[in-house]
Amino acid sequence: MAEQPIEPIHQFRITNLFDIGTFGGNGTEGSGTHLAFTNSALFMVLTVGLILAFLILGSNRRAIIPGRMQLMAEMTYEFVANMVRDTTGTEGMKFFPLVASLFLFVLVANLFGMFPYFFTVTSHLIVTVMLALIVFLTVVIYGFYKNGPRFLKVFVPSGIPWYIIWIVVPIEVLSFLSRPVSHSLRLWGNVLAGHIVLKVFGGMVVALLAAGAWGVVSILPFGMAVAMTGLEVLVAALQAFVFAVLTCVYLHDAMHPGH
Amino acid sequence: MAQSVILVAQASTTSPAPADAVQNGTVVQEQGAAPAATGEVHATTEHSEAPVGFPPFDASTFASQFLWFAITFAVLYVVMSRVALPQIGSIIDKRKARIDGDLKEAERLKGETDKAISAYEAALSEARKNAHAIAEETRNSIRADIDAKRKAVEDDLSKKVAEAEARIGKTKQDALSRVNEIAADTTAALVHRLTGEANPADVQAAVAQAVKE
Amino acid sequence: MDPEAAKLMGKLIGAGIACIGMGGAGVGVGVIFGNYLSGALRNPAAAASQFSNLIFGFAVTEAMGIFSLVIAFLLLYAV
Repeated sequence: MAEQPIEPIHQFRITNLFDIGTFGGNGTEGSGTHLAFTNSALFMVLTVGLILAFLILGSNRRAIIPGRMQLMAEMTYEFVANMVRDTTGTEGMKFFPLVASLFLFVLVANLFGMFPYFFTVTSHLIVTVMLALIVFLTVVIYGFYKNGPRFLKVFVPSGIPWYIIWIVVPIEVLSFLSRPVSHSLRLWGNVLAGHIVLKVFGGMVVALLAAGAWGVVSILPFGMAVAMTGLEVLVAALQAFVFAVLTCVYLHDAMHPGH
Repeated sequence: MAQSVILVAQASTTSPAPADAVQNGTVVQEQGAAPAATGEVHATTEHSEAPVGFPPFDASTFASQFLWFAITFAVLYVVMSRVALPQIGSIIDKRKARIDGDLKEAERLKGETDKAISAYEAALSEARKNAHAIAEETRNSIRADIDAKRKAVEDDLSKKVAEAEARIGKTKQDALSRVNEIAADTTAALVHRLTGEANPADVQAAVAQAVKE
Repeated sequence: MDPEAAKLMGKLIGAGIACIGMGGAGVGVGVIFGNYLSGALRNPAAAASQFSNLIFGFAVTEAMGIFSLVIAFLLLYAV
């Protein structure tokens, strides 16, 4: 414990559990694409494994009167299904598996991150960007597939005079393009900031304990760290919910462009 | 909280090790490869070569994360859409169908019960009506019977009364007719005793005349 | 002044300035929750139905603060 570095960003470090190899490049150090099974990958696998085990094993008995696990699996299902149905309508239920996958992946990955010494998958920008890009590309591709060129009406709010359109449309385009940015940065920033704050308070505790008589005061940052942990659990669930709700809102735009 | 931050600053002067580590985090990446400094701080968990600055911005890990994210998320999506969600959905649908079926069955049974109740009530009112009718009929027949019997008895009685009256009248008449005879006999006897002789025909004529008078 | 030290100083000062932006998000989130609360006290029956809107508005507003935090991180670690 004492050997652990207490710098707050150490927890985000990616370590290679075993190497797969380097592809491309010219053989020199740092060139080419290096692939490895990392701790991040381990926790992605754990996340997916936990979700699927929870849902499939929980509902395996197919009981009419559910047991505890089955009830939880069904409540999760109903929660996401209601979210999708409320936001996108019955028509949007074809995206229910996507939204459920995104929601549960983010939720479980965030909650995994709340365990000490566990790696937080969603604290890495590349992961949240990919999550957001999945949504963005789904919206764009499905929007054009379903509506054709009419999908461009998503940039033109209805019922505004023509001379304002020239101002509004660029803003709408910009806001549309910034969606994946904000979508990914929101999740990443919340998770990252929360974990850094936790580690900063944790570091204060360690530093104060090492300072002899001042160690008594370490109860203050320790209490703060406990409170922040509670808040971060809330934020972990909240950001997963927000991610899923925003996904639904964007999908709604894909199905009904033109506000 | 501000107080404890200040305390940390003070603590860093007394305990250099952890505070240096905090500073090293920034200073190390600032100077790029500084093997001595990084080795000392990260020796316990460092496996990857190249010292990294801020891990989320370390592009050398992107490919691995991309690969594993794509694999795991694809697996998640496929299994979710093919196995997990349909399984739970089918359970919920089955339960819903069962509940709907049960409700419909209950509705049906309730309808049957209502029908049975109304049939029972109809039968009851029918029976009540029948009972009324039977009672009325019985009462009528009894009354008729009583009337008939009373009439018979009354007829009988009046006949007997009439007979008795007739008999009385006859007897009276008989008696009256005998009165003349007795009067004639008595007169004849009286006359015979007084006069010594009596002509029955004369006596009778005289009596008849006296009765007439 | 040593150029490296000047760069470090600039980064740290810039990161600190970027964090001021989070104050705006704090104001925004406060406005959202305050208005939600006053609305909920006026009409408690309608409060529950607006909870998801509250969370949505909170998330969107909070994203602004997160952006400035991200800028601070970029300055600290990536520049």
